[in-house]
Amino acid sequence: MAKLNLNRVAMPRQAPKKRAKNFNEVALGYSLEQAQEEASRCIQCPKRNCVEGCPVGVDIPDFIKAIREGDMPEAVRVLKSKNALPGICGRVCPQESQCEATCSLAKKEAPIAIGRLERFVADWERANMGATKKSPKSPKPTGKKVAVVGSGPAGLTAAADLAKMGHSVTIFEALHVAGGVLMYGIPEFRLPKEIVQAEVDYVASLGVKIELDSVVGKLATLDEILAGGYDAVFLGTGAGLPMFLGYPSENLNGIYSANEFLTRVNLMKAYLFPDYDTPVKVGKQVAVIGGGNVAMDSARCALRLGADKVYIVYRRSEVELPARREEVENAMEEGIEFRYLTNPKQFLGNDQKWVVGMECHQMELGEPDESGRRRPLVKEGSEFVIDVDEVIVALGTRPNPLIASTTEGLETTKWGTVVADEATGKTVKDKVWAGGDIVTGSATVISAMGAGKVAAADIDKFFGG
Amino acid sequence: MYKILLKQDLAPQIHLFRMAAPAVAQKARAGQFVVVRIDEKGERIPLTIADWDEKEGTVTIVFMEVGATTARLALLKEGDAIADFVGPLGVPAEIDNFGTVVCVAGGVGAAPVAPIARELKKAGNKVTSILGARSQELLFWEDVLESTSDQMIVTTDDGSYGRKGVVTEPLKELLESGEKIDRVIAIGPVVMMKFCALTTLPFGVKTIVSLNPIMVDGTGMCGCCRVSVDGETKFACVDGPDFDGHKVDWDLTAARQRIYLGEEKCAYEEWQKSHSS
Repeated sequence: MAKLNLNRVAMPRQAPKKRAKNFNEVALGYSLEQAQEEASRCIQCPKRNCVEGCPVGVDIPDFIKAIREGDMPEAVRVLKSKNALPGICGRVCPQESQCEATCSLAKKEAPIAIGRLERFVADWERANMGATKKSPKSPKPTGKKVAVVGSGPAGLTAAADLAKMGHSVTIFEALHVAGGVLMYGIPEFRLPKEIVQAEVDYVASLGVKIELDSVVGKLATLDEILAGGYDAVFLGTGAGLPMFLGYPSENLNGIYSANEFLTRVNLMKAYLFPDYDTPVKVGKQVAVIGGGNVAMDSARCALRLGADKVYIVYRRSEVELPARREEVENAMEEGIEFRYLTNPKQFLGNDQKWVVGMECHQMELGEPDESGRRRPLVKEGSEFVIDVDEVIVALGTRPNPLIASTTEGLETTKWGTVVADEATGKTVKDKVWAGGDIVTGSATVISAMGAGKVAAADIDKFFGG
Repeated sequence: MYKILLKQDLAPQIHLFRMAAPAVAQKARAGQFVVVRIDEKGERIPLTIADWDEKEGTVTIVFMEVGATTARLALLKEGDAIADFVGPLGVPAEIDNFGTVVCVAGGVGAAPVAPIARELKKAGNKVTSILGARSQELLFWEDVLESTSDQMIVTTDDGSYGRKGVVTEPLKELLESGEKIDRVIAIGPVVMMKFCALTTLPFGVKTIVSLNPIMVDGTGMCGCCRVSVDGETKFACVDGPDFDGHKVDWDLTAARQRIYLGEEKCAYEEWQKSHSS
């Protein structure tokens, strides 16, 4: 047996000082040589645990083998047969807790860099084949019509799978571009919008119609869509409602939800203001509240917009940070300052109602709570003030109530999520499926894609496929 | 793309577009708004629906040139199209037979008030309309409002037309006249709505205002439009735009409108420079 190669090929990246001042992609991607070197480390073990670890079941060892053999078109074919959005997944999936966690080499702390290879294959296709030039061969039409509400990762995946099965699919999207959180939420430097657009175009090339500017519930309701001749509906509207702390001082000028801040920057391209019309405030001292990926994205955007100092303010400690380790490290390298065990008590404003400071409590960790993480407790009398002129609240999101509130017979939870069978995506309402953040609350791109896939398969089964 | 079927200049820097938007026209109700984006580089701005025609598939908007986006919008002509026209958004105005209602319109507020006055009249109310502007040349839709009102009062700040003064003066007189007024609707600039609410407060007459804060998506996604009503944070885009004027935190509403003053000025100047050259 050949000796195991435990040297993961490092991802080339822009230097921290340089990238902290631009919105270009941080990770630059493997060269063909680097990709083949990394691919050659795969031992093609018979267990294929990595496939088990992938929410959409990509045949990972097969596309890696194709890379090693230099057969890139085959690598593309294998990857895209299960995943319509590989350029996106290769960049934003938490591989370290999925396919790479179950890789046989993970035990040796050197799992194959599956995400980087996936990204390489997707980028190679875009550069060499054109993502949409060769339309995949059309399946036989079934005559069934499916409406997909929302064009984020869940909706795009469900739509692509349903179209491949021969169903006629129309996506209804409320915003002026398709892609959902991939467009408005995740920044350009982590997920270039050109790549999202290319993968949306691929889904459209499968025959999926995309209706933009269509707010379901305000234009047609879900029931009207069903009455209008659709045989099934998939709800993938995500979790778009920002959560705030609920403090009266939270409406001061200069305090943003992460959703608003990121939407201005990413979707509306406020970093190009005034060439683009949408402005965004650029603080000198910015505090981002929260410790997830959205908090990291917000902090790194603020830095790139020109803030002198950007803090991540998190009520637990470093080990509990919910963000991907890679993004935390990127943020640290770029100079984001982490203030752990710190929780805002109130915001301080000036006479013009602009935020000028944030009074915080020092926290300490107690016994684990129901989430399994140690509960943060206020240290009495520990109040102190951080001077800030901008605050971004990144405490998570909940589903937008618009559709549930305008639809008869959908079951929702107290968190506003729609109840759906985990194994099928079926809701309690006839002909309606749901998946992604609208069901789970805010989670990952790939888990939403997995839910879209599951629902598409069940809708097909419902049609007798 | 959404085509401009008709353009009218209602007053200097106040324009009307009748847009081809059949799907929106099907669902539009008085008091709702649309979010408009001119083109790829444009920002998303909310504009109240001034009228609609379900059969023709049209929706009418009225806007005033106040910055770069509205100035760019004003340059468009009949036959031109804009990239996005999203709606109808927000909760429709509450229409019922309240009895006697007073509709107060300040400046460009005449446009959103008109369909509300019309629907209130249809619902059986006795409608008194007060229309105010800085001067005669900025007045528009007196005829439209008059046609759906039992009584019509016009004011101008400079006295160039109608009664000299501001809208709160006749409003106060009506309240003092002893006639029972069941509801007041006030739409216009923030300061005008605030003073209408302050005028009606001692009389205990419910006063509905339509807030038009800065928005991005208009569907509850960003929270940019948050307002404080009765001490509670609300999103004007999905919880409003109509609120009880006696419960609105007006100072906060006014402050939040000023968030981008600097940027708005910069964008307008850039636009004027590029446009004049």
